[in-house]
Amino acid sequence: MIGGLHDVQAPAGAQAQAIVGLWHWLLPICTFVFVAVMIALGMALWRAPRAGTDTAPDVALLSKREPRVTRVVIAAVAVSTLLLLVLLAVSVMTDRALAQLPLENALHIELTGYQWWWEARYDDPDPSRMFTTANELHVPVGRPVIVTLVGADVIHSFWVPSLAGKKDLIPGRDTTVSFRADRAGVYRGQCAEFCGYQHAKMALYVIADPPDDYARWAERQRAPAAEPSTDEARRGRDLFLARSCAMCHAINGTTAQARHAPDLTHVASRMTIAAGALENTPSNRTAWILDPQQIKPGTKMPSENIAPQDLAALSAYLASLQ
Amino acid sequence: MTCDRRRACVAAAVFVAAVAMTACQRETRYFEPPTKAVTPPPVRLSQVQPGAISTDTSIESKYEDTAYALSEGKRLFGWYNCNGCHANGGGDKGPALMDNVWIYGSKPAQIYSTIVEGRPNGMPSFGGHIPENEVWELVAYVRSLSGLASSGAAPNRADAMQVKKPENNAEEQKPVEAAPSGASEHP
Amino acid sequence: MSAGSGSLSGLGSAASPQVLRERARVIVGRGETMLDGAGWGSQAERALHEAWRDEPGLLGFLKTTDHKRIGRRFVVTSFAFFVAAGILAAVMRMQLALPDNHVVGPDLYNQIFTMHGTTMMFIFAVPIMQGMAVYLVPLLVGTRNTAFPRMTACAYWLFLFGALSLWTGFAINAGADAGWFAYVPLAGPQYGVGKREDIWNNLINLSEAMGLMVAVDLATVILKMRAPGMSLRRMPIFVWASLVTSMMIIFAMPSVMLAANLAQFDRTFGTHFFNPAEGGDVLIWQHLFWFFGHPEVYFIFLPGLAFVSSIIPTFARRPMFGHDAVVLSLIATGFLSFGLWVHHMFATNLPEVGKGFFTAMSLLIAIPTAVQIFCWIATLWTGRIDLRTPLLFVLGFFVILVLGGLTGIMVGSVPFDLQVHDSYFVVAHLHYVLLGGAVFPLFGAFFYWFPKFTGRMLDERLGRWQFWLFFVGFNVAFFPMHLLGLAGMPRRIYTYGAETGWGTLNLIATIGAGVIALSVLLFIVNVVRSGFNGARAGDNPWHASSLEWATHSPPPAFNFVVLPVVASREPLWTREADEPTHVSGLSAQTREGLVTTVLDALPDVRYSYPEPSIWPFIAAITVVGWLFWSNMTETGMFYGLIPPAIAFVAWYWPTRKETVEQLLLERKP
Repeated sequence: MIGGLHDVQAPAGAQAQAIVGLWHWLLPICTFVFVAVMIALGMALWRAPRAGTDTAPDVALLSKREPRVTRVVIAAVAVSTLLLLVLLAVSVMTDRALAQLPLENALHIELTGYQWWWEARYDDPDPSRMFTTANELHVPVGRPVIVTLVGADVIHSFWVPSLAGKKDLIPGRDTTVSFRADRAGVYRGQCAEFCGYQHAKMALYVIADPPDDYARWAERQRAPAAEPSTDEARRGRDLFLARSCAMCHAINGTTAQARHAPDLTHVASRMTIAAGALENTPSNRTAWILDPQQIKPGTKMPSENIAPQDLAALSAYLASLQ
Repeated sequence: MTCDRRRACVAAAVFVAAVAMTACQRETRYFEPPTKAVTPPPVRLSQVQPGAISTDTSIESKYEDTAYALSEGKRLFGWYNCNGCHANGGGDKGPALMDNVWIYGSKPAQIYSTIVEGRPNGMPSFGGHIPENEVWELVAYVRSLSGLASSGAAPNRADAMQVKKPENNAEEQKPVEAAPSGASEHP
Repeated sequence: MSAGSGSLSGLGSAASPQVLRERARVIVGRGETMLDGAGWGSQAERALHEAWRDEPGLLGFLKTTDHKRIGRRFVVTSFAFFVAAGILAAVMRMQLALPDNHVVGPDLYNQIFTMHGTTMMFIFAVPIMQGMAVYLVPLLVGTRNTAFPRMTACAYWLFLFGALSLWTGFAINAGADAGWFAYVPLAGPQYGVGKREDIWNNLINLSEAMGLMVAVDLATVILKMRAPGMSLRRMPIFVWASLVTSMMIIFAMPSVMLAANLAQFDRTFGTHFFNPAEGGDVLIWQHLFWFFGHPEVYFIFLPGLAFVSSIIPTFARRPMFGHDAVVLSLIATGFLSFGLWVHHMFATNLPEVGKGFFTAMSLLIAIPTAVQIFCWIATLWTGRIDLRTPLLFVLGFFVILVLGGLTGIMVGSVPFDLQVHDSYFVVAHLHYVLLGGAVFPLFGAFFYWFPKFTGRMLDERLGRWQFWLFFVGFNVAFFPMHLLGLAGMPRRIYTYGAETGWGTLNLIATIGAGVIALSVLLFIVNVVRSGFNGARAGDNPWHASSLEWATHSPPPAFNFVVLPVVASREPLWTREADEPTHVSGLSAQTREGLVTTVLDALPDVRYSYPEPSIWPFIAAITVVGWLFWSNMTETGMFYGLIPPAIAFVAWYWPTRKETVEQLLLERKP
């Protein structure tokens, strides 16, 4: 079953928590103002005598001053201004809190947004320990993460509501966003800047693991693809390399090293495929390979004619890529 | 409403209906299941060839003047590293694609055959490696490099370094069939 | 604009009055001119009818310069597109009602939401407000026509052809599909495939040219052609709002035209304005667009406020409380709205301190709006209320706009916006402020001014049904979207999975949308039925105070049989015993009007309005042709200018008849 937390009001990280703190000022103050204005309006309607349009208008008011009403209106404007200043102050303070996330020992990820998937490269001072994955990030709980955002083709936006506010991936303008997951869990994000046909199905899962689990996951990701154990899986690998799959997808440990499409080295270990569009089950993988245009019309992955036995072999191979 | 105005309204309505029914072929987006593989027509590969040459080039590509297919073809030209040998149309190890010289024919079916079968002196065979639809998209794009696609459908400039005129600005190069030679040549 | 200035050039200074009158008899058909100043039923009124009427039939329709006909055209055309865009919204809601729905696919959905936004913002909201202003402003300021009626006529045709070209594109699968804001690179040459975005760029040029032309016309008539005695302090709030809106349009619209043209150059001619690889910048599009885009929503919002300020005094039976404060608030809003645009770009990599400045400005602009709201409530509180349909819509406006404005305060704050930007929270906010702040007052305005436009009253009962359906349907449709945004639902998605849990709220929203559709249908039924069978309205069915109610319903082509002189802010409610009441001495046989000074509206010069002409229509066609030709080829950019050049020269070419008529009108001082 796919799914993760994606609620602005259910923060699981420091940045989202700070923003919820601001929300806890915004909502009550704005609700108070709304109710007050509605009460004033209601009272105005209730109190004022009824008239018809042929009732004579009160033209004396053209030259008469109305000091009491003026005082009330000025007071209302003053109170509104004061409340706005309060909100401004809280907003600025929240901005500062967001900017002051401690970043020692941060994990560095370079996230590139493509039409319509996410490529994540986990950086490391030792280049041999860098690895690439797609559409699913694992982060250690309690450790800050600095994500460098690179827009590869059009503008995308990285948004994981329960962890942090969003930031756009703009071609030509690399930028960073920092967050820290404070609770273990699965958090769902989605591209939040319209980017074409499949903007709707460009999800991203951020899974916060306890530090040990994260370390184990990272080690597995660094390892090349496991040697397939069954004949069918081996045949699947041969098909993968001989057909069109290797033209775009990479699997470490094989000669497939193209980078146009998600890295599949450990594809079977992910929760979802097709950028969160499908649960990662064998039947879904098969359906996706057979006709991606049916599931995500407009996607860059082409539909192909594949014989059923070939499809079964490929599926067996992919299932072995844990 | 006066008689004049009513007539004008009817004329406008007819015009709109007519226009609406001619949904623009050029703007079709193709999101479709795989097409069947096509048997490439035989192509003259050498100057010495016994018998008559079948030049059945009747297989049409429905992507010919479709903006989406041409744009996809442009993307795939880079993805599949066609520009590794053909540069951006000017040619390098492979012959130029933006000129009017076509060694193995300029018709869509002939270009399809070239891509799928490979050719002597270095053109790999991509049959089985590039899916059917994408080969036809590449075919359409390759033709646009020498201005053979309509400028209304051909791609505009890329969001990348400017290395040549955009395809929709390319002058049409009337294809000239060149005889295939035996030796490899540097254009 | 030609003023009588005492020179007899063209006929030689030796021409005597006798010679002049003989020539005039030949060319113009008469030797002397009857003057106005007599009231209804006089010979002067018959002469005015004759001078101001349009030709019958299609030719008169195309040639008219009557601001009321043109204003009505704008309103009717914009409303038709409102309905069309509303149907698109209904399709979107049907697609989103259930998870993984298959009503439309992604390509068509992208075109639909782009068309919905583009149509609503460029083809409905701004033109309908401008159209109402074009109709009402000359009547409100007490003059016979707008200052440049042929330009406004041309503006209408540009607008119509632009709108039709956009929808024709949609009909042939070439509808714009990159959003109403057309961000590059998605709308650029590489990713905006085909001619779709070219049509969108053309629409921007055409609709913004329309906006500019109408804004210049309105600003001129407001500043220079008010009734004598209508000083700036006595000007109705509606006119002030139109003035502020027009000035804002003049400053803001060129920005988006520039942006669209730069994008079009990128797409057609291979320039690199938005190509980072060659030194361009993707973000500059957003700056240029939103520098226009934010004031744009105020072009829509301020006229809405203007409607409210016109309706409330009439139905509270008292002058507006804090008239000056409301006017100053409108002006302040106009200025401040130019300082907010970056709040649409809070998610980009602009410096954080700079963004904070825009938060401050976004919160600041709430203050003038708050002033207006409190003044309106004070007016209602101290007045005597007639709760008819126009006021009912104004009350709906209060509820919905205040809520929308408060969510605006929320999204104006950078940190909060980083969560809800590009989510359904913003969709909720924008619909609350646009429908609440503009469409509710607009319906109120329709009910208020329909008697003046057509001479018949709209049905009250249908109006109430429409209001309640609209109010309830609107809240059912859009309030859940706040919650959807907070639950992580982004904008512009054609579907969503069941695992997101967004299905229930979306279904509720779809039901609300259906109720809204029903209410709009009721309105159309009301208009059609009342147009034929409605109760006849007199000159002033609401006993209102402004000048448009001082003439017949509908007004004759010449607006007023005598041009009024104004001595107070509420001219029809106060009659000063020893003040002049009207102007006399202008020609009743030619289209003549009075130009007054800017501050105090003292009579200044006499002005001859342009005669009806076919050239605005032809010029509009040639301009549209030029734009589309230049989409295709580079040479079209230049050769396509020749027909418009010919059309504009022909437009301005003086005619013998006009010259002789003006000579006839000259008086030696």
